[in-house]
Amino acid sequence: MAIQTLTFIFVGVTFVLYIGIAIWARAGTTNDFYIAGGGVPPIANGMATAADWMSAASFISMAGIISFIGRDGAVYLMGWTGGYVLLALLLAPYLRKFGKYTVPDFIGDRYYSDFARLVAVVSVLFVSFTYVAGQMRGVGIVFSRFLEVEITTGVLIGMAIVFFYAVLGGMKGITYTQVAQYCVLIFAFLVPAVFISILMTGNPIPQLGFGSTLADNSNIYLLDKLDQLSMELGFTAYTVGNKSTIDMFFITAALMVGTAGLPHVIVRFFTVPKVRDARISAGYALVFIAILYTTAPALASFARVNLINTVNNAVYKETPSWFKNWENTNLIAWVDKNQDGKIQYSSGKAFSGKPQFLEVRGLEGERKISNLSTSNKNELYIDRDIMVLANPEIANLPNWVIALVAAGGLAAALSTAAGLLLVISTSISHDLLKKIFLKDITDKQELFFARVSAGFAIVIAGYFGIHPPGFVAQVVAFAFGLAASSFFPVIFMGIFSKSMNREGAISGMIIGLSFTASYIIYFKFMNPSANSIENWWFGISPEGIGTLGMLFNFIVAILVSRVTTAPPEKIKDMVDDIRIPRSGDAS
Amino acid sequence: MNNSHSPQAKTYWKENIRLVSFLLFLWFVVSFGMGILFVDVLDGFRFFGFKFGFWMAQQGSIFCFVIIIFIYVYKMNKLDQKYGVGEVQGRFAPDNKNFHNKGSKE
Repeated sequence: MAIQTLTFIFVGVTFVLYIGIAIWARAGTTNDFYIAGGGVPPIANGMATAADWMSAASFISMAGIISFIGRDGAVYLMGWTGGYVLLALLLAPYLRKFGKYTVPDFIGDRYYSDFARLVAVVSVLFVSFTYVAGQMRGVGIVFSRFLEVEITTGVLIGMAIVFFYAVLGGMKGITYTQVAQYCVLIFAFLVPAVFISILMTGNPIPQLGFGSTLADNSNIYLLDKLDQLSMELGFTAYTVGNKSTIDMFFITAALMVGTAGLPHVIVRFFTVPKVRDARISAGYALVFIAILYTTAPALASFARVNLINTVNNAVYKETPSWFKNWENTNLIAWVDKNQDGKIQYSSGKAFSGKPQFLEVRGLEGERKISNLSTSNKNELYIDRDIMVLANPEIANLPNWVIALVAAGGLAAALSTAAGLLLVISTSISHDLLKKIFLKDITDKQELFFARVSAGFAIVIAGYFGIHPPGFVAQVVAFAFGLAASSFFPVIFMGIFSKSMNREGAISGMIIGLSFTASYIIYFKFMNPSANSIENWWFGISPEGIGTLGMLFNFIVAILVSRVTTAPPEKIKDMVDDIRIPRSGDAS
Repeated sequence: MNNSHSPQAKTYWKENIRLVSFLLFLWFVVSFGMGILFVDVLDGFRFFGFKFGFWMAQQGSIFCFVIIIFIYVYKMNKLDQKYGVGEVQGRFAPDNKNFHNKGSKE
């Protein structure tokens, strides 16, 4: 069957499944809507957390990025998994014991201040909207490439599906659809990886194939071959790093701490019945995440070898159809600099900037671009995002595998989008309305507001998906930087330091946030041309600056709390109560 | 409420801190230590088809994270038992007291 028919079938079946689950798991109360009634079994919560966490970026982009930057890709691999250790050991069990609905709830109650709550709400909204825009874009890309519909139509379909199960089911609906989405996305990620691993190394387990010899009897290790190929084309060896050690250190730390501080991940731990369930479900979540995260670097290296072997010195006219398909979606471009009709691939950019396609075709039938060519030998532009999606085609896998990858990409994007939308709607209906502005509303009214704000948030997210702001890639650094420099320190100190008070927490959050935000805004938006290592503080890139912001947050908070009044006794009692699993009044 | 102020609760918390500090030390060594700071030194050793530092950075550290969390879960459950602060066993229902009464208690 044709790829497109198969994709329609796969995507259609999974969508029907998600809707069915939504109808089965409708929310009746705010308790259901915010935290699924607090009755999610830990293993299901682990899967839901994994799907919630692994976004379009993890599924579609990460292996592609690693494929192009080699060893330095470890910042994402370690950063986006190591955060779960912090979450499991330092935050999740205590927040579950606290037992309220949101991160601003904890910050507002622990620091006995609606102002602290408000600062937290604003950060939550900012972080979550940043993130959700990228997800909707991912949905659009998958639809437009595999189902050949307009990106706009794709985004609208995605919006309708998410609207249905998020608005109807709330956290309860989202949790169980995320469990299904996890199964779809991990299956879709593993199947091509296993196939390619067998083809290239003869070993069906990608994690082992990664370290095996090639299947062509040459007795050369895959990674050694890759180092050799990379150097022949003028790249640095794949297994050698380019980033400075201090930058690697700071970026990894910012991603880890940011992960632990992301509101849509934290809130998942409010949904399990008990403290011990919160602990173990963080463990399950990391196992489920690790399955993808240990496969991704293997896939990245396979894809890199395959790509180099397939395209370098290939005659353009004879390239396989995937090459031209992706060229037609603007994600591959080729300029025949030496006019030999063959693709020369080497280090350096083929031309400046992103390709600007013209309506005419060149001598070989390639799409002409208006960009100025550079003087190096490289003739090829490849968008990193296509590696995972194109990989099955590059490796000549059967059509159903390609269709499966499309369904997996959608599952990854939709599950994360739904989790984020829920956090946004909760922040508005619960933290802003119920806790600050409309304290008298009933549970029914609050639920109504939660649904309205979820619907409203979906419309905004969809708008960003159709008209993506050019800065989506840049703002990801922002989301993690802000989560690392604001939420993590105040939540951590709220649990581990009884003497931390309102004044300390608020000034820490504000200093951490404003320092991190101004550093990123300066280098990413105001003066992007200065964004290079010579101008960075201590050689720390904007991606890693959240770590420094976090340290400032800690220092300022501790200093300020020393010279201001200690928190009231009842807050100290509350902290004592959070620290032990059994309820205070010995039930 | 007395239960959470008891000297027993204090020792429980101290032991908890000791466990968490030790595990975080491991966490730091396998990721920042072996995957970043000493990666080039470890690259001098082979581990199957990998350079060891590269493997730690892209695979090994993740396996270690999983193990660290499971050690934590196991040890904490033991600790809860030892100090009798664990939750009532076998009750699989949301602890409604925790959700609704917090506010009124304060």
